[in-house]
Amino acid sequence: MKKRAVIEYFLPIFGYIAVVALFAIVITIFTEGVTTFKSYSLWKFLTGTAWRPTEEPAKLGSLPLLVSTCIVSIVAMIIAIPLGLATAIYIGKLANDKVKDILKPIVELLASIPSVVYGFFGIVFIAPLVQKVLHLPIGQTGFTAGLILAFMSLPTIASISEDAITAVPASFEWASFALGASKLETLIHIVIPAATPGIITAVSLGFGRAIGETMAVLMVGGGALGMPHSIFSPMRPITATIAAEMGETPVGGLHYHALFALACELLLLVTIFNVVAEYFHQKFTRMRG
Amino acid sequence: MEKTKKQEIIFAVIKILAYLSVVFLATLLGYIFFRGFKVINIRFLTDVPRNGITEGGIFPAILGTFYLVLVSFIFAVPIGILAGVYIAEYTEENRFTQFIRVSVNILSGVPSIVFGLFGLAIFVNKMHFGVSILSGGLTLGILILPTVIQATIEALRSVPYSFREASFGIGATKWQTVKNIVLPTGISGILTGIILSIGRAAGETAPILFTAATFYTGRLPKSIFDEVMALPYLIYGLMTTGTFPDKQIPIAYGASTILLLLVFTMSIIAIIIRLKSRRNRKW
Repeated sequence: MKKRAVIEYFLPIFGYIAVVALFAIVITIFTEGVTTFKSYSLWKFLTGTAWRPTEEPAKLGSLPLLVSTCIVSIVAMIIAIPLGLATAIYIGKLANDKVKDILKPIVELLASIPSVVYGFFGIVFIAPLVQKVLHLPIGQTGFTAGLILAFMSLPTIASISEDAITAVPASFEWASFALGASKLETLIHIVIPAATPGIITAVSLGFGRAIGETMAVLMVGGGALGMPHSIFSPMRPITATIAAEMGETPVGGLHYHALFALACELLLLVTIFNVVAEYFHQKFTRMRG
Repeated sequence: MEKTKKQEIIFAVIKILAYLSVVFLATLLGYIFFRGFKVINIRFLTDVPRNGITEGGIFPAILGTFYLVLVSFIFAVPIGILAGVYIAEYTEENRFTQFIRVSVNILSGVPSIVFGLFGLAIFVNKMHFGVSILSGGLTLGILILPTVIQATIEALRSVPYSFREASFGIGATKWQTVKNIVLPTGISGILTGIILSIGRAAGETAPILFTAATFYTGRLPKSIFDEVMALPYLIYGLMTTGTFPDKQIPIAYGASTILLLLVFTMSIIAIIIRLKSRRNRKW
């Protein structure tokens, strides 16, 4: 048996660090968050429709924030899924190599733009544009934030869907062409169904990014705290509320812990969504056989 | 003929939708760069902000971002590479390693604001590092750690197994093989991952909101326990708490341009490394 290098004895420690970090984060957020419910009812937190943490007594109804998060992310997905899929299909199946080599890096660059720059561009360009085109009283709305989020999650959806589409064996397509199917029919009936599990993963990752995104929705969402009336009203999702209020609240108070409780809600939302996505992913993988 | 016409129309629509992201990117860059380059000059890059950030430069924010990235780099890169080496080279596929890999994946999907809260609770409050370069850098370090680990695992997995066998065959130990054969062969993949995470760390705002950043400080940081200005937070601050929009928004354009150039340089270096290594690959 050869002697092992000293560093090899320490390697496992580094391997476990990711696990430790994940647990440390989850435990910290939950212990700080749960403290809220020693002095405030969990039921009122989940179902209350007024978030006024600085009033006496504080009102900590998080429902409007949760609804805002859902509205903004769903708007983002309604725009990003067709765009992302079209980009994936175009790069994966329709474009020639030259176009492909230009489009792919462009989509990657889109992914590397910092969220604060998206937020900035949202304020100076997109919000005024939305206001003008849709004749709204203000441009900073849930819809505007969703629109920005759509372009932020588009690269994720496009690149992972493209991997799934190009991974479909060419023999599937040849079989379809041999039966007389057109390129379009093959795409719709053969390629996309075969790539569906991968596309589901792509969409769920994109959705996860939209739910968790902070700066863009904080800057462009409009920041209104009440229950949103429509997708065109200003709103403040969970992430934006944490970012906006944490800086101004004393450490250890009810408000401080309530913001951690919001983070718990956010983590649970992301987890539930991932579990559902995983369920459908497996269901479609099985269906494909 | 009906059928081919339908196909043509649908493919045309797909093409237009695919090019929308190009249009969006071009508009964003054009709009910001056009206004940003008007305010950027030597003074803008090297001077401190003056008169409540309505004049002067943004040097402290550039320096602050550099320090934050440096701390996160020192923390995340060695740990991430060693963790990746362990997972890729030293573990067999079983329940436990699967568990490690799932943890890495979940960690990479945690919203960045949650990392910010974690940094606030642990580094700022519990460890008493305060709002500082150290707290913010460590928070960013944990944020990019999963990316570095994933990039390392992927890079090492792409090294053909025969390389290792050849090394074992001439009597090298496991560690010698990893150090002299596997790591050097996979280095370009690891570098790509590291460079992309540096870009990410430089642009993130939410994790440093309560752990490191301050909108304005008159002096440059003297130690890692000082709070700093940072490019992303400066842009956010100018747009939300600024009181002289006419004079401050141009500065925000300039800061956004610098930040975009910084992040894009990283991305482009990463793309070039990837292309080069693919071309030089001989197996």
